[in-house]
Amino acid sequence: MAIMQLREAINLTLHQEMERDPNVIVLGEDIVGGMGTAGGPEAIGGIWKTTAGLYAKFGDRRVIDTPISESAIIGAAGAALAGKRPVAELMFADFIGVCLDQIWNQMAKFRYMFGGMSRCPAVIRIAYGAGRNAGPQHSQAAYAMMTAIPGLKVVIPSSPAEAKGLLTTAIRDDDPVLFFEPKALYAARGEVPDDEYLIPFGHARMVREGRDATIVTCGQLVDVAAGAADALAQQGVACDVIDLRTTSPLDEEAILDSVEQTGRLIVVDENPPRCGLAADIAGLVADKAFASLRAPIVQVTPPHTPVPFAPELEQAYLPSAARVETAVMRALEYR
Amino acid sequence: MQLGREQMLRAYRQMKIIREFEERSHAEIQTGEIAGFTHLYSGQEAVAVGVCENLTDADYIVSTHRGHGHCIAKGCDVKGMMKEIYGRADGLCKGKGGSMHIADVGKGMLGANGIVGAGAPLAVGAAIAARANGSDAVSIAFSGDGACNQGTTFEAMNMAVVLKAPAIFVFENNHYSEHTGVDYAVGTTGDIASRAEAFGMKVWRGNGCDYFAVDTVMREVLEHVRAGNGPAAVELDTERYFGHFEGDPQRYRGPGELDRIRAERDCLAAFRAKVTEAKLLEHADIDAIDAEVMGLIDEAVAEARAADRPDPANVLTDVYISY
Ligand SMILES: Cc1ncc(C[n+]2csc(CCOP(=O)(O)OP(=O)(O)O)c2C)c(N)n1
Repeated sequence: MAIMQLREAINLTLHQEMERDPNVIVLGEDIVGGMGTAGGPEAIGGIWKTTAGLYAKFGDRRVIDTPISESAIIGAAGAALAGKRPVAELMFADFIGVCLDQIWNQMAKFRYMFGGMSRCPAVIRIAYGAGRNAGPQHSQAAYAMMTAIPGLKVVIPSSPAEAKGLLTTAIRDDDPVLFFEPKALYAARGEVPDDEYLIPFGHARMVREGRDATIVTCGQLVDVAAGAADALAQQGVACDVIDLRTTSPLDEEAILDSVEQTGRLIVVDENPPRCGLAADIAGLVADKAFASLRAPIVQVTPPHTPVPFAPELEQAYLPSAARVETAVMRALEYR
Repeated sequence: MQLGREQMLRAYRQMKIIREFEERSHAEIQTGEIAGFTHLYSGQEAVAVGVCENLTDADYIVSTHRGHGHCIAKGCDVKGMMKEIYGRADGLCKGKGGSMHIADVGKGMLGANGIVGAGAPLAVGAAIAARANGSDAVSIAFSGDGACNQGTTFEAMNMAVVLKAPAIFVFENNHYSEHTGVDYAVGTTGDIASRAEAFGMKVWRGNGCDYFAVDTVMREVLEHVRAGNGPAAVELDTERYFGHFEGDPQRYRGPGELDRIRAERDCLAAFRAKVTEAKLLEHADIDAIDAEVMGLIDEAVAEARAADRPDPANVLTDVYISY
């Protein structure tokens, strides 16, 4: 085990998986950084520093710095049909808008609409999330929208170790995976296994355990929810905090088991509320664990607005630990 | 040089405002006063001002992520802009947009843009509107050399040609998209104008570090487009001084590259040299503008620092679908 940043965990995983499987290729804008400049390639190593060192090691057949052309980059999922395992980087989740056809109508549908003739083992790594004052076109969470698309697996790590385990699984998976990296956590540090480490999809992680209420969340809000749970514990309120890890497939069992114990559900999500992940999970529980509920389900999400720029506004937008605590207390008002 | 004295003074002042706005935001960003992502325009002033000084408020422009220069050149309120990048309540966009999304529709400034390549289709839309109104207004899409690789830009160029829309695609080739060189990323060996040409429009090329060259080209382009000949494209060769975004150490640049371009291609210095050598203006005229602009930017920074921060409740203003 070594202590490293989340971005380093991703970098390590890419190195290890590229070494292990010669079919893994990576591509994206500035992932080498410095191509065609006097400073030379690898002057940058990716804007998030997640791809540093790959070019030197694996060369330009496997490490492909692209023009600014997201549709063409994601279209490289075509390489997956041709036997490769492409791992594409989308700099910001917001840019999904530019290449949505390739994600939604193409890669998500190949296996099904070709009658199972071929699979599409492509991974898109996507930096997502608010909290860096990057404004309405560089801060969106977007994973709920992608979860709504049949044919896509959607993964959201919440720590460096989780990033390694889940990315390894994503690269080895034979179907398209959208891998959402919380950009607010790129510098977060934690212990990461040195050797091969896989976390299976569809298995949530119990972050805290308690019998009074269930908090379900993922990504950068896991720390927020855990913080709220710790504060509540001081007041004698014990919460289960569930990190979903993957929203597609979804670990229904973990959610339902917990709610059956606690009778109270709080869903904390970074996406806007309409047709979002919180509503989805609330719907699941209302459908399948209604009799266990002792209180109305509480959803903690941003308001139904774009992400504002000014720091004060963005803080008001993002779910905070205080809002999670209030939500739990509201659920506890029902006896 | 077809410019009168007043026009020259005005053009220089506009360029100087942009330069000073950027230098000061750069300094303020270092102090941590300005949050978020900022992309500075310093070095490229001759393009924004050379284009926009030939426009009126009735003409439209659509800008890029590197939008401060275009905003100032098109007449946006400089103090309102400064407050916006500080995220203040009475910033031009009430602190909702920040540096990458400054707009002033009344001035024909339809927005900076956080999405590379999004501007060209929007500009074609505004050109269609201008034509529908029967006016001779034009619509300008500013794009970088990187943005010209987006499919959106190709679609916009083709549709503008098909519709004979009064759109002008201004490509600012500053040789880099983020940290990647233009020769690597633009397949037509760095030549953007020839792509536009292939769509069937007339193209111009010019030195984007020479205000007078940009002005001359734009006069011709505007005459062509306002006469109803459909769209046109312009590729201007220019330089950016600061990193791609604030915080970029520019390791992709060659040794001495920045010093060299600053020394040899500075559009403000070139303007001063040209007009004083030709005895069109005195050094004193220009010094006076420099001093006045410094004062303006001092005030803008002081007012922005002191301005009210937004009330968190305003996260819900301008929400038109309540939930
Ligand atoms: C669709 C999209 N892809 C990528 C980015 C990230 N990005 C922002 S600016 C930029 C480079 C743009 O280069 P260019 O068009 O040459 O403009 P310049 O920065 O040189 O002014 C990139 C890749 C983005 N904002 N939007």
